[in-house]
Amino acid sequence: MSVAQIGQSVRRTEDQRFVTGKGRYVDDIGRPGQAHAFFLRSPHAHARIRRIDLHEAQHAPGVVAVLTGDDLAADKIGGLICGWMIHSKDGSPMKAGPHPALAQGKVRYVGDHVAVVIAETLAEAKDAAEKIVVDYEVLPAAVDPAKTQAKGAAQVHDEAPNNTVFNWHLGDKAATDAAFAKASHVTTIDLVNNRLVANAMEPRAAVGDYDSGTDNFTLYTTSQNPHVARLVLSAFIGIAPENKLRVIAPDVGGGFGSKIFIYAEETVCVWAAKKVGRPVKWVAERTEEFLASAHGRDHVTKAELATDAAGKILGLRVHTKANLGAYLSTFSSSVPTYLYAPLLSGQYDIPAIYAEVDGVYTNTAPVDAYRGAGRPEATFVVERLMEVTARQIGMDPAAFRQRNFVRSFPHQTPVIMCYDIGDYNASLKKALELADYKGLGRRKRESARKGLLRGLGFSAYIEACGIAPSAAVGSLGAGVGLWESAEVRVNPVGTVEILTGSHAHGQGHETTFAQLVSARLGIPMEQVSIIHGDTDKVQMGMGTYGSRSGAVGMSAIVKALDKVEAKAKKVAAYCLEASESDIEFKDGRFTVKGTDKGLSFGEVALQAYVAHKFDGQELEPGLKEGAFYDPKNFTFPSGVHIAEVEIDPETGVTRVDRWTAVDDFGVLINPLIVEGQVHGGIAQGIGQAMMEGAVYDQSGQLVTASYMDYRMPRAEDFPLYQIATTSTPCPSNPLGIKGCGEAGAIASPPALINAITDALGHEDIAMPATPQAVWKAAQKTVHKLAAE
Amino acid sequence: MYAFDYHRPATVRQAAGLLAKKEDAKLLAGGQTLLPTMKQRLAAPPHLIDLSRVDDLKGIAVKGRSLVIGAMSTHYEVTTSAIVGEAIPGLAALAGLIGDPAVRHKGTIGGSVANNDPSADYPAALLAMGATVITNKRKIPADEYFQGLFTTALEDGEIITKVSFPIPGKFGYAKFRHPASRYALVGVAVAKRGSDIRVTVTGAGADGVFRWAAAEAALKARFAVKSLDGLEHGPEGINGDIHGSPEYRGHLIGVMAKRAVASALGK
Ligand SMILES: Cc1cc2nc3c(=O)[nH]c(=O)nc-3n(C[C@H](O)[C@H](O)[C@H](O)COP(=O)(O)OP(=O)(O)OC[C@H]3O[C@@H](n4cnc5c(N)ncnc54)[C@H](O)[C@@H]3O)c2cc1C
Repeated sequence: MSVAQIGQSVRRTEDQRFVTGKGRYVDDIGRPGQAHAFFLRSPHAHARIRRIDLHEAQHAPGVVAVLTGDDLAADKIGGLICGWMIHSKDGSPMKAGPHPALAQGKVRYVGDHVAVVIAETLAEAKDAAEKIVVDYEVLPAAVDPAKTQAKGAAQVHDEAPNNTVFNWHLGDKAATDAAFAKASHVTTIDLVNNRLVANAMEPRAAVGDYDSGTDNFTLYTTSQNPHVARLVLSAFIGIAPENKLRVIAPDVGGGFGSKIFIYAEETVCVWAAKKVGRPVKWVAERTEEFLASAHGRDHVTKAELATDAAGKILGLRVHTKANLGAYLSTFSSSVPTYLYAPLLSGQYDIPAIYAEVDGVYTNTAPVDAYRGAGRPEATFVVERLMEVTARQIGMDPAAFRQRNFVRSFPHQTPVIMCYDIGDYNASLKKALELADYKGLGRRKRESARKGLLRGLGFSAYIEACGIAPSAAVGSLGAGVGLWESAEVRVNPVGTVEILTGSHAHGQGHETTFAQLVSARLGIPMEQVSIIHGDTDKVQMGMGTYGSRSGAVGMSAIVKALDKVEAKAKKVAAYCLEASESDIEFKDGRFTVKGTDKGLSFGEVALQAYVAHKFDGQELEPGLKEGAFYDPKNFTFPSGVHIAEVEIDPETGVTRVDRWTAVDDFGVLINPLIVEGQVHGGIAQGIGQAMMEGAVYDQSGQLVTASYMDYRMPRAEDFPLYQIATTSTPCPSNPLGIKGCGEAGAIASPPALINAITDALGHEDIAMPATPQAVWKAAQKTVHKLAAE
Repeated sequence: MYAFDYHRPATVRQAAGLLAKKEDAKLLAGGQTLLPTMKQRLAAPPHLIDLSRVDDLKGIAVKGRSLVIGAMSTHYEVTTSAIVGEAIPGLAALAGLIGDPAVRHKGTIGGSVANNDPSADYPAALLAMGATVITNKRKIPADEYFQGLFTTALEDGEIITKVSFPIPGKFGYAKFRHPASRYALVGVAVAKRGSDIRVTVTGAGADGVFRWAAAEAALKARFAVKSLDGLEHGPEGINGDIHGSPEYRGHLIGVMAKRAVASALGK
């Protein structure tokens, strides 16, 4: 392998290990003397626990211990936390009920943790769990987010009257109402953003280990942010002080947000390891993933857009009920508030916006961030409003968007965000061309001849990534800072280890990060190792989510590399007997300006460690530097996706025929990996729009608790995408990058629903637009066509 | 999964002997239905009798005017068999629509027919062609064999050895896949043997696979797609769930019936 360049499509080096089964996941970890945990889960959506009889289970073969919420309380282990404080519009702090890792007195959703059985084998743990007798007083359940605040609905937590956690708002209500008052047209839509299950390929897992000799705990866990897990488990839950708790997140097989959070199971495993004096392992079964990993989305929204006679947008007004589930998961409160409403300006110059959000409890699994987190929900609102408005006022949907694009930067929106740069029209123009927008009429006629309905839909999305400036999020209620750390360790022979606080769980950091370092230091990629996911190795970090590993994580590496270069120049100056200001570093060589004297990067590294050529009192030996990088601003990736579908009205089957994506991610380090991220994102977005949906019945049972009923996207569901990029380099970070991990999932649902509604000729369809739903909706179309 | 004893007989006789002797024993064919149920602790047979080494249960052959398929033939073997492809191409195509490659390489016709899942594909084919289920004890006509959801004429200790299909003049099957599980949300089979025409429906019936008399009558007049124009099954007797209401499934029966006829006619 040679020296890599920025912008080169280097193949992912980690894939060799992943595709040959050499990855090392939590389930691959076994500790000597390890016992196995099985969680007894609630079969009821809502019930009071009158009594738990553990006697028979405790005496079952192989059982090490059976523990309940009482044991947690006795050990003074705290509950799980929500790390973002939201204030309601009346100024009061959000109203949250307690969230014990094992139920204390009540269960609040199907899958809630009642007790844990720890046994020699998993089978014995399961056998024993069947012997636990729980006397439940079953209570009525509140399941529907649209009805949970109503009088007479079951109360999930006494602390939150009417199941309302917060009634939050953003924007200027008076200005927005005034804008609506003078509008020549108002578009009103009702939307449901369907509830999703993350479905990472690797289910969650944890191994807790305790060393009584040193009083040290180790937790191996499927985490996207092991340092945050350590912080929460130490400072809030009270497992052990940070210096006594090591958290390791080894290879992790996908997360999509669901592995950001600190969960009951990992808490119990690490706590129980000390209590029972044995390492304790738990691996979720797929059903447990469905029942008890945080779900995503689940909004019910009424949205309105006001326009003037010329098709200029005057204002936007939104009221959303966001289902938070039965407990507040780690970042749940931030998702439908600060990750949502600040994106409601889209790519458009909107003078007035007002958003009101009710965060509500229901007797369902906790809901938290899922790929895009808040931003797909905002984009769905904005881009559905744009398309429907264009149709209602009789404007071409592309032209309507063009008329309202933000065109000068920086642009301050009425909802917090200040867009630093972009060229929205460039993406739209390129997308129109690639999608052969002009040929749509002909394609529609061809489909009609076959008895099929064809439609095209746009989505011009924006997202806020590179999360996030610490002081800014702190002022909005975040409990943490959202910088990132990096350490560059140059070895005496010139190989390099990069320690990063980012965490890779499918994103290809080992390639992209090494590529960056290779290009910068002029050394081959294989001389660079990327180390992450271990709190004993990487001192502190904030992890990976919100498309932040490039814009924030790599910027931290750049900052540390700057320091390494500066130090190496000093060493080189001594060795080459030149002044430091005359040393130049290029293509892996330190040279003296205007001469052919020089040293390679490796030679300088060796000199830094042998320290023979300089005075150790004047210059410290060694070559190792660290940096913390706090971003100046969010980054604002944007782009235009165009979906084209063909519907068979006889069956409701919708075929995605064409997909065009033109994204502006700023500078691309590795276009191949970026394209992969876009592919996966679009697949998930199409999944949300047409296939996926977590459905609870009225009693709170999860109907879609397995792949027999939860419809995952498959390769055959997708066309070959046409993917292109435009680029306005991001001015807010040293690399000019914006982030690409969530874009596809954010952009695609409205594009698809806009295409389907275009084909149908009416707006009456919700996500997921399954064959059944489309068939029903198409009946109306067929009748309309027949009447015409 | 609970613990169980594992037995691997070499002949049907030995298998029948074990089945008679071991209390609550279960036959194991491809395991694609049985093993997931055991893993979920929904079934707990103390004995499993694995049929995978019983050679008498294998093989596919044409015998006289019938196609005879051994019970342990996998869906993959049926869909790729030149003999099936020659005799009843629509049946080979049907087997290729079952599940995914892993399921097709393990799952068997005997297991599927024994299980009689209301969404399974084979029952529609057996009933449409008037096949015979052959066991170690007797021959059961398909008309008597399928008795409702997961219910068959099989008695305790009975082992399916073969399924015999009288080779029809024309046969076609059209399947509307359940979006998530890919079983049949609605599957319609159409068979024509001389003047005998049968239209059978799987996936939709509240009581399992059934014959659709109205479609049969319409096709008797003329065996053509057009004969089914305007014919709708309607929601009566049809089951519903989140993926398909009785109305939707009922409607799809009509659509799939036309597509099955088209396929039978080689269109
Ligand atoms: C993911 C998935 C998707 C699937 N999709 C489809 C689909 O699209 N269409 C479809 O039709 N099916 C589908 N199936 C079911 C599949 O076809 C199974 O193979 C079939 O239902 C059972 O066959 P088996 O050989 O696996 O039987 P097993 O699971 O081994 O046995 C099933 C039952 O039949 C009994 N049995 C087995 N063999 C005999 C015999 N010779 N005599 C008497 N009793 C016997 C067993 O005791 C058991 O009770 C799917 C299964 C899975 C897991």
